[in-house]
Amino acid sequence: MKREILLGDEAIGLGAIHSGMSGIYGYPGTPSTEIFEYVQRVTKADGDIHAFWSTNEKVAYEEALGMSWAGKRALVCMKHVGLNVAADAFMNSAVTGTNGGLVLAVADDPGMHSSQNEQDSRFFAQFALIPCFEPRNQQECYDMMFEAFEMSEELSVPVMVRLVTRIAHSRAGVATRDRRPQNELDPSKEIKKWTLLPSNARVQYKHLTDKQPELLRRAEESTHNELRLAGKSGVLVCGLADNYLYENLESDHDLSILSIRQYPLPAGKVRELVDHVDELLVLEDGYPLVENMVRGLFGLVGVRVKGRMTGEIPRTGELNPDIVREALGLPALPTAHAPQTELANRPPALCKGCPHTDSFRALNEALNIFDNPQVFSDIGCYTLAALPPLEAVHSCVAMGASIGMAAGAAHAGYSPAVAAIGDSTFSHGGITPLLSAVQQHVNLNILVLDNSTVGMTGLQRSMSTGQTLDQIILGTGIEEDHFRIIEPTPRNHEANIEVMREELAYDGPSVIVARRACIEALKHGIS
Amino acid sequence: MEKNIILAGVGGQGILSIAFVIDNAALDAGFHFKQAEVHGMAQRGGAVQSNLRYGDSEIYSDIIPTGSADLILSIEPLEVLRYWHFLRPGGWVVTSITPYVNIPDYPETDELLTELAAFDNIVMVDTAHIAKAAGNLRAQNMAAVGAASELLDFSEDQLLGFVEKLFARKGEKMVAVNQRAFKYGRAAGLFFRGLVDGGMPRLAAIKLSAKLAAETIDPEHAGAWAEALGADENKLETVLAEKEAVACDQAAAFA
Ligand code: SF4
Repeated sequence: MKREILLGDEAIGLGAIHSGMSGIYGYPGTPSTEIFEYVQRVTKADGDIHAFWSTNEKVAYEEALGMSWAGKRALVCMKHVGLNVAADAFMNSAVTGTNGGLVLAVADDPGMHSSQNEQDSRFFAQFALIPCFEPRNQQECYDMMFEAFEMSEELSVPVMVRLVTRIAHSRAGVATRDRRPQNELDPSKEIKKWTLLPSNARVQYKHLTDKQPELLRRAEESTHNELRLAGKSGVLVCGLADNYLYENLESDHDLSILSIRQYPLPAGKVRELVDHVDELLVLEDGYPLVENMVRGLFGLVGVRVKGRMTGEIPRTGELNPDIVREALGLPALPTAHAPQTELANRPPALCKGCPHTDSFRALNEALNIFDNPQVFSDIGCYTLAALPPLEAVHSCVAMGASIGMAAGAAHAGYSPAVAAIGDSTFSHGGITPLLSAVQQHVNLNILVLDNSTVGMTGLQRSMSTGQTLDQIILGTGIEEDHFRIIEPTPRNHEANIEVMREELAYDGPSVIVARRACIEALKHGIS
Repeated sequence: MEKNIILAGVGGQGILSIAFVIDNAALDAGFHFKQAEVHGMAQRGGAVQSNLRYGDSEIYSDIIPTGSADLILSIEPLEVLRYWHFLRPGGWVVTSITPYVNIPDYPETDELLTELAAFDNIVMVDTAHIAKAAGNLRAQNMAAVGAASELLDFSEDQLLGFVEKLFARKGEKMVAVNQRAFKYGRAAGLFFRGLVDGGMPRLAAIKLSAKLAAETIDPEHAGAWAEALGADENKLETVLAEKEAVACDQAAAFA
C-alpha cells in the first residue's frame, strides 16, 4: 500500500483530488493555507483542476457553489474567521443545496496561534443544518473527503470538514487510493432551487429541515461515532481530542467512551452513554459545544457533566495531552527538568529590510506632531508593527476593518484618522469601505502597503497590486491630488514623511500607496 | 519502541528540513509517526518547534506530553530552555551552541552555555563552525541532526539518503555540502560524548571541539584528548591559544 507523508491540510487536498474534485477555492489564512497550496502544487502538471486563489472567502465560496451548480465537485477552504466573511453564501448554500459535491474545509485555531479568535466552526455547521466531519488524524482527513463528497451529492447538502491547527499542521503517513474521475459538466436545471426568492426559499428551507432526520440517522450509524460501554465513568470525546485521551489511557482502563467525528450529534448514542454512567467528561478542542448540548440549561439528573464549563478543562485555549491527563485525574509524568522561569521571549518580527519597516518609521515620525496618535491597522505581516520597536499601529480586528474603523472614528470627530492596510487585505475587504469613505468625503488617511504579495501566509499571489491597485483606488472617485505613491526606503525617509504630513493636513479622504516588494518575495523570485 | 523528539530553533533556521529527514526515515522503516509543526506568524524569526514522534505501535497525540520527550534537538542554545521540561528523566538534549540573537534581552552566551553544560545528558556542538567547514553556514540544521543521529533509530546511510533527497532539487553541490555537514555533525557529537566520557568537563569539551578543524574531527581521538587535557584548564588554554584550527589527531602534541 502506498503511503505518503502529508500534513493534515495536504491530506484534505489529496483526498479531494482523488475524490474527483474539479475546482478548489479559497483565500490564504493560517492554518488552512496548505490545503490549497498542496493542490496547486500537485496539479500544476496536469492542470485539470481549477486552482486559483480568490479575492476573499465569500468570493471563493460563491465560485465553489457555481462549480457545484455546474455539476462538478468543488472544495472551498478557509480559516475559521474566513467563514465569517463567507457566511452569507455559506448559510444560503445550505438552503439551495448542491448539484456537484460541495465540501467546505475550514481550519479552526484553538489557542489562537495565528488568529484573532478561536471560534468553533462546528457551530456554523449546526447553524446551517449541514453535516460536519471532524477528523482526528491525517488518514481520516484523506478518507473523509471521499465520504463528504459522496454525501454532498447524494443528499444535496454542502458538507463541512472541520480541522484544527494541530491536525492541519501535523504530518503522518497516509495510505492513498485510486483517483475517481471528475464529474462531467451537468448544470442544474432546477431553477427554483437556486433562486431563493421568498416563495422558493420557504420550499427549499423545508427541504433542508426534512433532510435532518436522514443526517442524524447517518451520524448514529457512522463508524466515526464509536461507543464502547464499560465502567460508570464516561468520556465523550470529539475529533482529535480522541488522541489526547488514548495517549493517557492504559489498555486495561475501565472508561465508557463515545468518540464523535461526524455531526449532527448522534443523540441516540449520547443517550446510551449518559444512561450508563454517573459522570461524564467532555473533551473537545474548541468551544464547549457538545458539552453544553449534553448538559442542557439545567444539567442532567444523576450524571455530572464535566468539561470547560466546570473547570476540569480550561475555558479557553487549545487542548493538549497534559490538560486531558489532569482532567482524567492522572498524576503528572515526572520530567528531567523543571520548566524555565523568566525565559526571554522570542516573538516574530518583520524581516530585515522589510518595506513595512520603512513605511512605519516614516509614519511614526509624520504623526509625532499629534498627541498620542492612534493608527487603525489590518491583518498581515505589518500587524507585527504593533510590537516593539515600531509600535506603530493600534488595532487589528478583521480583514479590511482598518478603513471602516478609521472612517467611524472620523465620523465621531477623531483626527487624524489613519488606516494602514496591505495590498491583498485591501482587495479582500478594503475596497468597499474605501468606496464608502470616499463617497462620504470622510476625513481620513489611508496607507496602502503594497508589497506585491500576500506575505504573512507564504507569498501567495495578491489580487490588487501595482497598477491594478492604483486603478481600483482611483475608481472609487478619490481626488487625484490626494492619491500619492511613495517608495518606502531608508533613503526616501524624509521625503515620505513630507508626503504623509501633506496628506494628514488635508481635510478629506486621501490614500498613500507605499510601494516596494516584500524582500522574501524578491528572494524567491516571485515579485 | 517509541521515540519522541522536540525539534527547536528560530523561524527560518530550517527545523522542518530536519523533520523531513527523520520523517522519511521513519516512514521508510515502517514506523508509525506524527510530526506537528509551526506555520504562520512565528515563522518570521520567532521561536519555532516541531514535535516528532515515531514508533512501532500507533502514535496518538500529535503533541508530545510533558515528561515524554526522549530528545530535544535544538539548532539554537536558548531555545533548549523553552522545552526541556518536556524531557523524560534520562532524556537527552543535543544542541547547537551558536546563538541566534534577534531579541534585545538575549542572555550572555557564557552564562547560557554554563547552564546548559550543567545538564547531564547533553551533547553540544558548534554548528556554525561545522557548517562553515562543510561549505555553507545555512547547513547548521544538518550539522545538528548529524550530531543527534546516534540517538535515532536509523543507520547513517539511511539518513544521508534522505538528506540527498531533500537537497536534490538544489543541485549536487548543495547535496554534498549538506551531507558533509551531517557527517561532521555526527562526528562532532560522538567526539563530544567521548570527551565527556573520558572525564572532560562539558564546557571544556565544547570549547576544544570548536577549536579543532571540523573536517578532521574523529571520535576515535576523543580518548586521547580527554587524557591529554583532562580537566586541566591551562592545557586547554594552550590549545585555544593556537592561531589556526587544530587537527583532531594532534592530541599528543598537547599532552
Ligand atoms: S515576508 Fe515580506 S512583508 Fe512579511 S515581514 Fe518579511 S519582508 Fe516584510
